[in-house]
Amino acid sequence: MSRLSEQGLTRRALMSRAVAAGALAVAGAGFIAAPDAAWAVEVTAISEHEMATLLQMARDIYPHDRVGDRFYAIAVKAYDSEEQKALVAEGVAALDAAARAAGFDSYLAAGWEAERVEILRRIEDTAFFQAVRGGLVTGLYNQKEVWPIFGYEGESFSEGGYIDRGFDDIDWL
Amino acid sequence: MTQAAKFELGDDNVVVIIGTGASGGVLANELAQKGVKVVALEAGGRYMPEDYINDEWDSFGQLAWTDPRTTSGDWRVAKDFSGLPAWIVKAVGGTSIHWAGASLRFQDHEWKARTTYGAVEGASLLDWPIDAAEMAPWYDRAEAKLGVTGTGERARLPGNNNYKIFEKGAKALGYQDVHTGNMAINSADYDDRLACQQTGFCFQGCKWGAKWSSAYTDIPRGEATGNLEVRAHAHAARILHDDSGKVTGVEYFDQDGNLHLQKARVVCVAGNSFESPRLLLNSHSSMFPDGLANSSGQVGRNYMRHTTGSVYGIFEQPVRMYRGTTMAGIIRDEARHDPSRGFVGGYELETLALGLPFMAAFLDPGAWGREFTTALDAYENMAGMWIVGEDMPQAENRVTLSDVEDGFGLKVANVHFSDHPNDIAMRNHAYARGQAIYKAVGATRTLPTPPYPSTHNLGTNRMSERPEDGVVNKWGQSHDIANLFVSDGSQFTTGAAENPTLTIVALAIRQADHIATEMAAGNL
Ligand SMILES: Cc1cc2nc3c(=O)[nH]c(=O)nc-3n(C[C@H](O)[C@H](O)[C@H](O)COP(=O)(O)OP(=O)(O)OC[C@H]3O[C@@H](n4cnc5c(N)ncnc54)[C@H](O)[C@@H]3O)c2cc1C
Ligand code: SF4
Repeated sequence: MSRLSEQGLTRRALMSRAVAAGALAVAGAGFIAAPDAAWAVEVTAISEHEMATLLQMARDIYPHDRVGDRFYAIAVKAYDSEEQKALVAEGVAALDAAARAAGFDSYLAAGWEAERVEILRRIEDTAFFQAVRGGLVTGLYNQKEVWPIFGYEGESFSEGGYIDRGFDDIDWL
Repeated sequence: MTQAAKFELGDDNVVVIIGTGASGGVLANELAQKGVKVVALEAGGRYMPEDYINDEWDSFGQLAWTDPRTTSGDWRVAKDFSGLPAWIVKAVGGTSIHWAGASLRFQDHEWKARTTYGAVEGASLLDWPIDAAEMAPWYDRAEAKLGVTGTGERARLPGNNNYKIFEKGAKALGYQDVHTGNMAINSADYDDRLACQQTGFCFQGCKWGAKWSSAYTDIPRGEATGNLEVRAHAHAARILHDDSGKVTGVEYFDQDGNLHLQKARVVCVAGNSFESPRLLLNSHSSMFPDGLANSSGQVGRNYMRHTTGSVYGIFEQPVRMYRGTTMAGIIRDEARHDPSRGFVGGYELETLALGLPFMAAFLDPGAWGREFTTALDAYENMAGMWIVGEDMPQAENRVTLSDVEDGFGLKVANVHFSDHPNDIAMRNHAYARGQAIYKAVGATRTLPTPPYPSTHNLGTNRMSERPEDGVVNKWGQSHDIANLFVSDGSQFTTGAAENPTLTIVALAIRQADHIATEMAAGNL
């Protein structure tokens, strides 16, 4: 907490646009952050463990190795609310129970993506899973900042369209 | 410019048109040009090219019809998009703002599907009461109005990257009838509209006005005659009639939820194939307990949506399919009727591109995990095509009134649809051909993608020779009520393989001519 506040990260849900490398860490006292503090999410209504679980779930549902955690964090941060609190608590508990049934301490304790996907499959028909998955379709892919990673250029009218900017520039056919 | 007209609610000499899309917008202008007084009621608001947004979801939020609808049947849309059976517009100009502009005439035999295909089990096939010769001059006028490329003197559009891949694959497979299509998109400045600037947001409304839409052509031109009043945010609730069974006016809600009654001499329903039957059904009375124009029981039945699906191909190198026109590319060789392929009727293959947000939503709805995400990772290297083929009319594929009510307390449309075996056989054939096309140009992976929420909605008030077989006659005039017309794609007796709007527009021009003539003759 103190280290994060010193860096001025306390009031912002999402920090630096630099690429966050490495796994998530629970920073404690209302934050979850990348280990190198490249970004952080403040949690108020739900627990750090729940937010960390949501983030990992988001990555495992729609894994894009070139898309940094901070984009997934934006996509799930709305779950940190009084309205969603109960759904998240119940959903994460069910997910962790499924993980224990599969022999892990928790969902986050399963080290391989394939193991976590196996656990997710056990709860994929639940309202919780479907809400998280459904929300990601727009929550993740409709972030303009992720589009360049996929090579999508977005709006083009202000640039005069592609008539002089490569609508027919394919050169490998 | 003349001030747009204003008519009294009590003026019972006006033609009231419900809906201002491709059909209603054209009908309104054509009647106004002939001096007929028209009030056009449009549930949505008014947006012009400067308002359109180059952003898939923001544009959807601006333009799409998102009032409640319900679904049933075994089509996948009912599961994945249960409240959104169709992707259509609620705005002045209707879905002609969204459309891609592919403008094809029916093939001659498609006007006579029942005769050509014979009886197909489970299908309610019928011949249209009109034919290719009858429609030819109206198609000429529709093509000139829309500025369709590759017709008249109009050059075709240049091919974009997505088209070049598609063309090369098609040629490799021996297809002959391959080109950039007949598009209602200007290849050169035409009719006071600019040439296409290849911005690639045809589905979100063309900000250059290069693509035809009634929103910025027919509607303002009709208003300029002084004979047309368009009322935006006017949601038709009910069509009223007198004791003789003639319709007398339309009740509608304004933006503030106040109910008004506009008197009418003639009423034309042009709300697209869910809302038009819904309105007829919701207008039931003691004289017409099953709804207006429904003595045959056919209102809402025979819903068709074209046999569709998409195929995407992933290549080693970038394609950037989203650059340039969304749908300017076609292979017509499979559109023929050739039962040796295992189905009746035919299909067109057309280029298609979605932006990343819509690709994520529609590629494989509900899917997750790496099979899905690795496909999206290759978005930049993707090419896409769309299948549009003739689907079989079936009596049980239908629009009925749901128990759910909208914000005005009106029962909403339930849309029930299940594929006919012919539809499935055709789609599978098309998937295989589409995948072969991309493999022929080196695709490393191909994705046979399920149908999206319907963009083509047809047949729910079909045209028939005999009153017992359908809802309207060959003019779109209801068999039961002389001064009640249906003007949109719900008139379609069968769907043919072609995108429907050119035919919808040709029928609207023809209907305007008929209504004006009959009014002048004192028959209406
Ligand atoms: C993404 C997309 C791409 C398409 N591409 C093509 C293409 O390339 N080629 C092609 O041929 N077709 C295409 N289409 C289909 C084409 O848009 C439709 O065929 C055409 O717009 C139908 O015209 P319409 O007048 O029947 O209905 P619409 O254009 O949908 O207009 C109906 C209007 O009626 C209004 N309305 C409904 N109910 C009421 C009511 N109760 N009161 C008042 N107003 C009401 C609606 O708000 C709407 O504005 C496409 C459609 C979509 C969605
Ligand atoms: S590609 Fe052409 S027709 Fe399509 S939106 Fe852009 S300018 Fe308009």
